[in-house]
Amino acid sequence: MDPWKPVDKAIISHGHADHSRWGHKSYITHHTNVPIIQHRLGEINVTGKEWGETFVINNVKFSLHPAGHIIGSSQIRVEHKGEVWVFTGDYKTEDDGIAVPYEPVKCHTFITECTFGLPAFTWRPQSEVFTDINNWWAENKAEGKTSVIFGYSLGKAQRLLRYLDTDIGKIYTHGAIENMTEVIRPLTAMPETTRVTRETKKEELKGNIVVAPPSAHGSTWIRKMVPYVTASASGWMTFRGARRRRAIDKGFVLSDHCDWQGLLESIKATGAEKIISTHGYTDIFTRFLLEQGYDARTEATQYEGELGEENKKEESEDN
Amino acid sequence: MKAFAELIRKIDSTNKTNVKVDALTQYFREAPAKDKVWTIAILSHRRPPRPVNTTLLRTWATELAQIPLWLFEESYHIVGDLAETIALIIPASEESSEKSLTQFLEEIIALKKKSDEEKRDYLHENWTALNYYERFVFSKLITGSFRIGVSQKLMTRALAKATDIDIDVLAYKLMGNWDPKTVTFQELILEENAADYLSKPYPFYLAYAIEDAPEDLGDVNEWFAEHKWDGIRSQVIIREDELFVWSRGEELVTDKYPEFEAFVEDLPDGTVLDGEILPFKNGAIGTFNDLQTRIGRKNITKAQLNKTPVILKAYDILEWEGKDIRDKAFAERREILEKLYTKVQSEELPLHLSETIEFSNWEEAAQERERSREVMSEGLMLKRKDSPYLVGRKKGDWWKWKVDPLTIDAVLTYAMRGHGRRSNLFTDYTFGLWDEEKEELVTFAKAYSGLTDAEFRSLDAWIKKNTLERFGPVRSVTPHHVFEIAFEGIALSKRHKSGVATRFPRMLRWRKDKKIEDANTLEDLKQLIPKPGKAG
Repeated sequence: MDPWKPVDKAIISHGHADHSRWGHKSYITHHTNVPIIQHRLGEINVTGKEWGETFVINNVKFSLHPAGHIIGSSQIRVEHKGEVWVFTGDYKTEDDGIAVPYEPVKCHTFITECTFGLPAFTWRPQSEVFTDINNWWAENKAEGKTSVIFGYSLGKAQRLLRYLDTDIGKIYTHGAIENMTEVIRPLTAMPETTRVTRETKKEELKGNIVVAPPSAHGSTWIRKMVPYVTASASGWMTFRGARRRRAIDKGFVLSDHCDWQGLLESIKATGAEKIISTHGYTDIFTRFLLEQGYDARTEATQYEGELGEENKKEESEDN
Repeated sequence: MKAFAELIRKIDSTNKTNVKVDALTQYFREAPAKDKVWTIAILSHRRPPRPVNTTLLRTWATELAQIPLWLFEESYHIVGDLAETIALIIPASEESSEKSLTQFLEEIIALKKKSDEEKRDYLHENWTALNYYERFVFSKLITGSFRIGVSQKLMTRALAKATDIDIDVLAYKLMGNWDPKTVTFQELILEENAADYLSKPYPFYLAYAIEDAPEDLGDVNEWFAEHKWDGIRSQVIIREDELFVWSRGEELVTDKYPEFEAFVEDLPDGTVLDGEILPFKNGAIGTFNDLQTRIGRKNITKAQLNKTPVILKAYDILEWEGKDIRDKAFAERREILEKLYTKVQSEELPLHLSETIEFSNWEEAAQERERSREVMSEGLMLKRKDSPYLVGRKKGDWWKWKVDPLTIDAVLTYAMRGHGRRSNLFTDYTFGLWDEEKEELVTFAKAYSGLTDAEFRSLDAWIKKNTLERFGPVRSVTPHHVFEIAFEGIALSKRHKSGVATRFPRMLRWRKDKKIEDANTLEDLKQLIPKPGKAG
């Protein structure tokens, strides 16, 4: 599951680069994730599955269940001789209206991410966050400025696109985001967007919003948007320091991972006694779970969570 | 409070100085007069004393959040700011308070004398009744220094815009010892005021470091040079037979330097000197490290006075015969200063003159700069002869031309998460040098500046993967990375494990080309300590 070394059969939770790597002989994933990983990995041997459809490998029973992280993301249920384990990949409990919402799956052992496994993280409902984002856009427009909002090209970008209020203005996209969005359009409703190209005129951008990957911040590409105001939509924007460090004007707290309560409630809902944390604040989270009476431990992996997603060098950036 | 919290939210929503100034200006135009005074006080580091110690604050915040204390501590190390941590972990409230900023501050001041139980109730009540930004600001007022990305300079700029008063005049009005509890906005800002004139210092003129070669400064004959003394920049005021000593941080430190009481006798009323407080014993200038023993103390003992006597090394005169002479040319001010010095100088009087040096070419100046460590200075100051004494850090007339720092190659041994904009990143490092047998690394310095953001990020990722042990917020890491550490000064010290204290250590270069075996030894470091010499 989400292996980082080449294997014969890789069961893939979702399309982010730290979970779906290149070089496996065959891939098994939810069918909505198939076009996404094909877009990222090119020619691969991949099989798409339905939610809950069971398949057996080496006498072990597997099935995929919605994780709510991004479109096409699954938890992986593993059963052998009545023992059930669930591997979450990345997940969030809030229904974002794009990904099929997270469903708790009963299990004995729950292998969970905990990217935001600290009580300092509490998400507000996304409807409130998007009201703020749209108000911010409208304010910038009133001041004659272009709004530039950063979000990872797979997942966050489409979530932003879906809820931006097109009554305010036009939505422009960075090439990396437009390419990914083209892949996703057949899977879910997306508003009309315009790709920023060399021919795009500065004047036409004014007052509109541009959705770009984090790596575009500070690049020469962004100069076309002058005068602009920047924002980032990420769970890390919870910290004032994180926003200031990235030299971004406005931070919107919007994450595709669970917040503290989301993690604790999910764990409870699985009924699991054994909890393995794979990435995030694993040591702290595990210590807390131990105090709560769980049989908890950490496991070192190469998954990076939202931080990795942000720092990742975006592919096809020049397109 | 609503308006003030909204101001902080606005400042927090931009990375652009002009937008911050505009938000502040608007606030200064609209806020009630008393709230304005408190805002000025807070943004110029005059917050009321902390009414509750942080241990109790943490405990009480933890109770409200219903989490264990250790989890609060861990969160705090990651968030990097106590008030922010409190605001984040306490369950959200959408409420907002009608109380004014002034009312909150009055309550906070009154809180100091209350019982722990009353304090706890007060905090719980307010934490739960305020929204996120109000709760953050409220906690920030209680926990300490109010650093939120607005400098005093920026605040003064906005105040100038809002009041149409000249920015330098405002900077002067805001200096010194005014009490936000009692002073009104009218008295502090709008009125011409003679009453608090007595102790008031002038804003310090600060120099930038020279960027390229001093040749770019033009004709050497237009410049004076002096050594750049490594002490405490201070202003000494003699008015109406009273002495006031101000440090650059606008702190009144008169009581810490009783030896300067002698100035009241010998210097005429209406005299203000700008200079450096230096340790001076047996005819020689000491190190900054010697001075450390005098800085932190509230009450100076006889023993300390005998052990580390100080002098004022004067380099400028800002007021003479009761008149502000900052507009006069530096050369003229120096003439007045030198005349005064010749008249009053004596063996006993702790007043020395920082000699000006003239050169016939820049090459000679460079040679003099090379001598800096011998005379216990940090380099040279270059001052244009016809320059007035300006306000704040300004380019053009004054430059510091420091000697190149001393450097040594050391190994990264411990790391800690940073604060503010470096929260959640391991950016505060401890470095070690080899002992004699080259077996053990001995801690010699801490540094947290000098790397690029990209270098910090990559080192942060490496630290997270190569942690050996955790001690609260501190992690020991596998000795692997070598850094060239630069520092300004070095002296023997009993307070440091290595036996050596370095001044302003920072990372000059990440020596990826070096292995840990190539790092220097403690002995190498000690070789850099200058042999004591006479100076004056």
